[in-house]
Amino acid sequence: MIRLFVAVLCGLLFGAGMIVSDMVNPERVLAFLDVTGAWDPSLAFVMGGALIPSSIAYLIRRRMDAPVVADTFHVPESRSIDLPLVGGAVLFGLGWGLVGLCPGPALAALTTGAWQAFVFAGALLTGMALFRLTVDR
Amino acid sequence: MEPISFIWPLTGGLLVGLSAGLYLLMNGRVAGISGLTASATGLSRGGSRGLGIGFVVGLLIGAALASALIRQPVLTITSSVGLLVVGGLLVGFGTRWGSGCTSGHGVCGLARLSPRSLVATGTFMAVAGVTVFVVRHVLGDG
Repeated sequence: MIRLFVAVLCGLLFGAGMIVSDMVNPERVLAFLDVTGAWDPSLAFVMGGALIPSSIAYLIRRRMDAPVVADTFHVPESRSIDLPLVGGAVLFGLGWGLVGLCPGPALAALTTGAWQAFVFAGALLTGMALFRLTVDR
Repeated sequence: MEPISFIWPLTGGLLVGLSAGLYLLMNGRVAGISGLTASATGLSRGGSRGLGIGFVVGLLIGAALASALIRQPVLTITSSVGLLVVGGLLVGFGTRWGSGCTSGHGVCGLARLSPRSLVATGTFMAVAGVTVFVVRHVLGDG
């Protein structure tokens, strides 16, 4: 129960971060990715800002045997650079560059009521289902 | 689209990092939205469905509250329906195949200096940048 509470709390912080940072706005994201155009550096601050507490937490983790309210850490240990990793990143980057939405902002954008967000989220879930039904059988 | 002070993205980024850090230290898990979304919807083999649902519901409530109380977002979305569908399919399939997105690889993976996440983040940032360049400056009139 406490783990569920933590998940909801972390979701609240994350969702608020999507709105406060304006990463929820696809045009802002595309302007950041458009380095040869009218470049908008805003999202570098999102990434930089996020890495500060996140890095501190991962440093603290090194001194912990177990998480505070769970039995073990579920952090990926694999170090192999393989086709799925790179191929998936290429497809993801292509979709991200076409529309300007990645999964976190796509979910947050639903709360604005914009119909485009619902179309995108529906397609995103379909893409995840296709992966589950093909590669991840 | 209005320019915004760097204070907004910086503060938003700190909130995202706080979320990721707390989720790691408390629940021992990576706060990656693609993985959590797949878990929440039953489209993942791993992960906890309950925690995924909790995180996603929290994210939606947090976004709605922040919109109402802190900053009303003004979205500019110029993509056609076809582009939204193709983009969504690519992001959904790609993030699952590549085991993560901007949060899982970008925020959590870079924070722990994971070589896989460094490669993934470099790859999707570069591909997204090239895609925007081609769409705006090669195919478009920008």
